[in-house]
Amino acid sequence: MSARMIWRKSLNLFMLSLTALCALLTVSALFFILGYLMYNGGKDLSWNFFTHLPAPVGEEGGGMANAIVGTLKLMLLAAVIGVPIGLLGGVYLAEFGGKTMPFLIRYTADLLNGVPSIVIGIFAYALVVMPMHHFSTLAGGFALGIMVIPTVLRNTESFLRDVPRALREGSFALGTNKWRMIATVVLPAASRGILTGVLLALARVAGETAPLIFTAFGNRYWSPGWMQPTSSLPVIIYTYATGPYEDWHRQAWAAGLVLLGLVLLTNILVRTFLGGGTSYERS
Amino acid sequence: MRNVRVLCVLALLLAIGTVSVLAAGQVLLNAAGATFPYPIYSKWFDQYHQTHGNVQINYQSIGSGGGIRQLLDKTVDFGASDGPMSDEQLKTASVPILHFPTVLGADIPSYNVPGVQTDLNFTPEALAGIFLGKITKWNDPAIASANPGVKLPGDDIVVVHRSDGSGTTYIWTDYLSKVSPEWQSKAGKGTSVNWPVGLGGKGNEGVSSLIQQTPGAIGYIELIFAIQNKLPYGKVKNAAGVFIKADLASVSAAAAATSKMMPEDFRVSITNPPAANAKAAYPIASFTWLLIPSKFTDATKRDVVKDFLKWMITDGQNSVEALSYAKLPKEVVAKEMKAIALVQ
Amino acid sequence: MATTPNATTPADFAWSPRALLRRIQDADEIAHLVTLIAAATLLLITVLLVYQLWVLSAEARAKFGWSFFVTQTWDPVSGDFGALTFIYGTLVTSAVALFIAVPLGVGAAIFLAELAPPKLSSSLTFVSDLLAAVPSVIYGLLGVFLLVPIMRTSVQPFLKHTLGFLPLFRGPAYGIGFLTAGIVLAIMIVPFVLSVSREVLLAVPRDQREAALALGATKWESTAKVVVPAARIGIFGSVFLALARALGETMAVTMVIGNNPKIAASLFSPGYSIAAVLANEFSEATGNLYLSALIELGLVLFILTFILNGLARLLIVVTTSRGSGVLPT
Repeated sequence: MSARMIWRKSLNLFMLSLTALCALLTVSALFFILGYLMYNGGKDLSWNFFTHLPAPVGEEGGGMANAIVGTLKLMLLAAVIGVPIGLLGGVYLAEFGGKTMPFLIRYTADLLNGVPSIVIGIFAYALVVMPMHHFSTLAGGFALGIMVIPTVLRNTESFLRDVPRALREGSFALGTNKWRMIATVVLPAASRGILTGVLLALARVAGETAPLIFTAFGNRYWSPGWMQPTSSLPVIIYTYATGPYEDWHRQAWAAGLVLLGLVLLTNILVRTFLGGGTSYERS
Repeated sequence: MRNVRVLCVLALLLAIGTVSVLAAGQVLLNAAGATFPYPIYSKWFDQYHQTHGNVQINYQSIGSGGGIRQLLDKTVDFGASDGPMSDEQLKTASVPILHFPTVLGADIPSYNVPGVQTDLNFTPEALAGIFLGKITKWNDPAIASANPGVKLPGDDIVVVHRSDGSGTTYIWTDYLSKVSPEWQSKAGKGTSVNWPVGLGGKGNEGVSSLIQQTPGAIGYIELIFAIQNKLPYGKVKNAAGVFIKADLASVSAAAAATSKMMPEDFRVSITNPPAANAKAAYPIASFTWLLIPSKFTDATKRDVVKDFLKWMITDGQNSVEALSYAKLPKEVVAKEMKAIALVQ
Repeated sequence: MATTPNATTPADFAWSPRALLRRIQDADEIAHLVTLIAAATLLLITVLLVYQLWVLSAEARAKFGWSFFVTQTWDPVSGDFGALTFIYGTLVTSAVALFIAVPLGVGAAIFLAELAPPKLSSSLTFVSDLLAAVPSVIYGLLGVFLLVPIMRTSVQPFLKHTLGFLPLFRGPAYGIGFLTAGIVLAIMIVPFVLSVSREVLLAVPRDQREAALALGATKWESTAKVVVPAARIGIFGSVFLALARALGETMAVTMVIGNNPKIAASLFSPGYSIAAVLANEFSEATGNLYLSALIELGLVLFILTFILNGLARLLIVVTTSRGSGVLPT
């Protein structure tokens, strides 16, 4: 074997091992993050943590019950605001629509999807908090809902398009209207994929902090209804992590574990049992 | 059919969320502002809630700048600040804003110097030089000369200041502006200034955290944050030439030295009291204020606020010393009691 | 006064209750309208967003004009604001992030697309997608308590010792600063580089690879000289996408960057980014000019991410459509 050949073969082995190393590093990052959080956060998960309200500053024994409930309420609101618009908009793109309007809608969805979440927070502050003169769960849910719309919209369109023509034509042949056909044949056929998109979008906004800082604000107590400020997991993690109190740090780790668990579990379950989303969800 | 069921469940959840509104008679107030008094405020609001179960006062410590701004935007019911509102700011308010002093506290220079466990002495010149970025090492003569016998390392000084709009900053820069003409011209005083050097932390909490974690750091925080987090803090030389450590006595002395100056609207600066009557006074002390609108549209909220203010200047004062804040002087309390009537 | 669905006289379009009812029962137009309205709401929200950003930043734009982009001062006391330090910080941290994430991500993508058996490839991609789902504040948490001490005690002194002759690695080692923020960002954007690069690599037709191998190339040579060049436009697209993400990252950056609006050559120095200053100062900016200046920063960020995302999608679409003949959604 010539020297050149040996060189080429060694280079081959070397570079391919290098790429394997890159892949290993990337993948192991997730396990490291998860492991570290489980170690640090798991120590402080207690019944207290899940059921108590925060204690006065500097005192021990507080919990995050209101933050957990706050996050759940915000997600519910984000779903209520974002999913109908996204779903119906996706139906429009896939089933109706001509040339220019759909192009414009798709372009705008991509645009909105790429807007940094802090800018969306500013928008929600200007649109909801200032006129209402009130920080509120509604404002926070509105900000998160805006972030949900583009993902759900494009995802719905994508899965509706995948439904075979034969199904539609069969429905027409039986004499249904277009909307009946969409509602009773096409949507159910695409429902798995659509649900995937919705749940992944919600999991993504559950972890968003920036839009909530000036909309949902924060609350040391339970937040009744939708018109009062509310605590939420991401914001309380940020507040506690940047503070000096040891007790706060411990709670931040535990809350981080809860939040990460919520997000990852949703992602894993949805992707495993309902089939993966499109690459759109990753952006 | 399944979809209908899903929709029903969602509607139920939505209803639950909406219906969990305030029970009859419950009053929820939202407030925001200074981090300087956050430990005592969170204790007070908790205590008040224990004794007045239907009242919840949700206070978010976002910094004095935030408190002023949210108050002016009317997104909170009242604000809190350790830097009194300026005349321009007061002009922009839709209803006149009243300042109510709550406690006395102190800005202290806290530090994290490897190998140094004792209290360091700081002269005004040293502090100004450090924060101007001119004194860069811990063993600089300006610091060493005030601390004979202390072995100071040659480490770099890491200045820590606030990244958010802060009354604590106002107090500190107010003091520096009084003792250093160079500081006055380069940065001036305010809740947010153009810092020549340093790292920015958010809130007293963030600054304390940075000092804790950064060897060589020095920053200004309220006294209780240093105590609660076991951070060392130094003595400052006052106008009478004495190196004083901040504590209840020295802070109260500062208030006493300037009590004749208390104006009707309670906006007063008590930093760097003049030597004549201030031998035992700590030079970087300050009142902190609740910013209360003079007109409330909601009568229930107004009554709660007035009741809280009365409670705060009487019963509430009993809890402040445990957190190393000094009580309000008696003359101030008397004046405030009268001023509460101005809230309509 | 009834009209039939197939009537063609002017009376057809009578708006009598009966006629209206019949049309509603047909309802296709209603469905069309309702879904159109939903889609149009998206347009409305976006237009409103841009409008708000534009209008609320008017005061600052009028006062500073173009000099806003070249002014270093950020002085709330005197009312003098300039975006340069934040733009610098945003770009520097993103550059550091790309410097680390692109080789790592493209390398991993090559492995997954070319070398790994399909099952391994898809399960590792799955893990990478999970990494992309980790919230920003969690990265911030790990950054503050885990990465910053390591940077301060080990990494930065090491870099200073070995590469300290470069102006990039001078100055005291605080632990927080441009470098640390860049590293945290790198971990956050690697999954995006990886997944998009992998897809564009997979979209390169098989015959290209097989032709190279048939000519006697090693696997690596076939990859490096044939496949990657064919996909390189898409890989650039993934880089733009990752960059757009990095620019907008707020929480993780603000927790480790030092929050000091200064321009410095050293990566060890603390700095500030647009997103971080918005998070810290927005809720407390007193005075209309201050607020307006912050919103102008938000507008700048919006425009930057808009351009980058647009370019990214264009490049990715071009590559994958050319490669596989199927347009991705």
